[in-house]
Amino acid sequence: MTDTQIREKVKEYRKQFPLLTQDLAYLDNAATTQKPLGVLDAVRDYYEKDNANPFRGVYDLSERATEAYENARAGVAAFINAGAPENIIFVRNASEALNLLAYSWCEDNISEGDEIVVSVMEHHSDFLPWKYMADKKKARLVKLEPDETGYISDEALDKCLSEKTKIVALTQVSNVLGRVNDIKHITGKVHSCGALISVDGAQSVPHMKVDVRDLDCDFLSFSGHKMFGPMGIGVLYGKSEHLEKMKPFMYGGEMIQTVHWDRVTYAEVPHKFEAGTVNVGGAVGLAAAIGFINEVGWDIIEAQEEILTKRAIDGIKAMNKIRIIGSRDAFDHKGIVTFCVEDVHPHDVADILGRAGVCVRAGHHCAQPLMDFLGVKSTCRASFAFYNTEEEVDRFLEELSKVRGLLGYGF
Amino acid sequence: MDFKTFYNEVVTDHNMHPLHKHPIEDPDIEMEGVNPSCGDEITVQLKVKDGIISDASFIGDGCAISQASADIMIDMIMGKNVTEARHLAENFIKMIKGEATPDEIDELGEAGALSDISHMPARVKCAVLGWHTIDEIIKGMDK
Ligand SMILES: Cc1ncc(COP(=O)(O)O)c(C=O)c1O
Repeated sequence: MTDTQIREKVKEYRKQFPLLTQDLAYLDNAATTQKPLGVLDAVRDYYEKDNANPFRGVYDLSERATEAYENARAGVAAFINAGAPENIIFVRNASEALNLLAYSWCEDNISEGDEIVVSVMEHHSDFLPWKYMADKKKARLVKLEPDETGYISDEALDKCLSEKTKIVALTQVSNVLGRVNDIKHITGKVHSCGALISVDGAQSVPHMKVDVRDLDCDFLSFSGHKMFGPMGIGVLYGKSEHLEKMKPFMYGGEMIQTVHWDRVTYAEVPHKFEAGTVNVGGAVGLAAAIGFINEVGWDIIEAQEEILTKRAIDGIKAMNKIRIIGSRDAFDHKGIVTFCVEDVHPHDVADILGRAGVCVRAGHHCAQPLMDFLGVKSTCRASFAFYNTEEEVDRFLEELSKVRGLLGYGF
Repeated sequence: MDFKTFYNEVVTDHNMHPLHKHPIEDPDIEMEGVNPSCGDEITVQLKVKDGIISDASFIGDGCAISQASADIMIDMIMGKNVTEARHLAENFIKMIKGEATPDEIDELGEAGALSDISHMPARVKCAVLGWHTIDEIIKGMDK
């Protein structure tokens, strides 16, 4: 497809996003994405036509709600090529998926002296649960360090792995550096030393084809709201052999087989991990978002995000006193461009851009250990979805070029 | 809101050329303040003699709003007694919450230049960082 053809297609799809008609350049898609009509309609349809408490009623309406929920599960399973719907646990978001995993898996599989490897580029959601469990179990948290462009070398990985390693927690795409880690290769190395790998897919699943069976990872976590789905629905994928053995994370309704005063048996996977009334509307919305992504296709999504990323990085490189964080090569950034403006605090940059209608994120991006590693306090980040346009990138660059001047600095 | 009323000259001047951003010798009291949304930390240092703030300063990096606000604050509390300083801090925090009367804003002198931040929830924590710290210090002295 030529760039012109991609542009035309993007223009058409963009029309399906009601929020994007506002006069804003929304470039904070790594935080959350906007929602297309298909997703909004699917959620509304569910509540208008099929809403009941799933699993609990024997009447037709409740069965329809159950079906909507389980169809959504099957849709997610197909999307990431999980073996079966049972490998998909619905949660609120990636953070909940990672907490469920760390609490439940570490409880029976980590003991004193064991090692949990976590990369320094993890989001706090993929750092704090492991740190908490490591402290609780008197295990050691081992820090996996990339080079400053975010590349994890074999040597760096080998240094962290040993016969004491029980699990490795690693993001597929860093929410700051934007670099794609070679999960398939790393998984091979982790497995050959007898450990498991948990992949944080919050920034990869929305932007590239992720096939869990090809990667062979043991777990994958992601959030629906970063991939055009509603807030409040997320996914933990796990291989059956692990999920079967793990204890529940939360206890309550719907996660049991029988409960007596002195005898309890739990429901089968995945229901034993889904206590209480589940988020059917959210699951239905996520399934619609997946349908939307499939309709657009990865070729367009990836090509457009590459065009936008390259344009932003080339534009920033042409300016004085603005530094790109991570690799200098646009090809290494999966839709994420993080930068610092000399002398100007990122909050001021984002505030000034915000006043001009350009939405970017400023701060530590919930990755303070990575900020320490990179030797910065905080940064600014522009992050793209395929619905963004080259005009929006240009608007961002234009406003960015004014920032130092507005605060009284020279260029 | 207009850019000019927010990043006005008072703010950019104090940010680029702070008068009180340096450590002081043998401070009697120092306290760190943290802005959890960006991780910025500043430390306020004081010398207090007979209830009078005889010297004061701040150190640490932050955004233009927090730096300017802290610099203006030190300017205003220097030479005042702690009760007056506390009163100013309370006024300032009130102003940022949008609850101060025009008279109270008047009392704040140059710090009044930051009044528009009350319309910017995302920047409130930046503006009050230094003032909140001084308030905490003086509260601690009461004990
Ligand atoms: C890499 C990564 N992991 C985890 C998360 C947490 O996602 P959520 O806030 O949806 O739980 C995020 C998003 O902020 C992220 O970028």
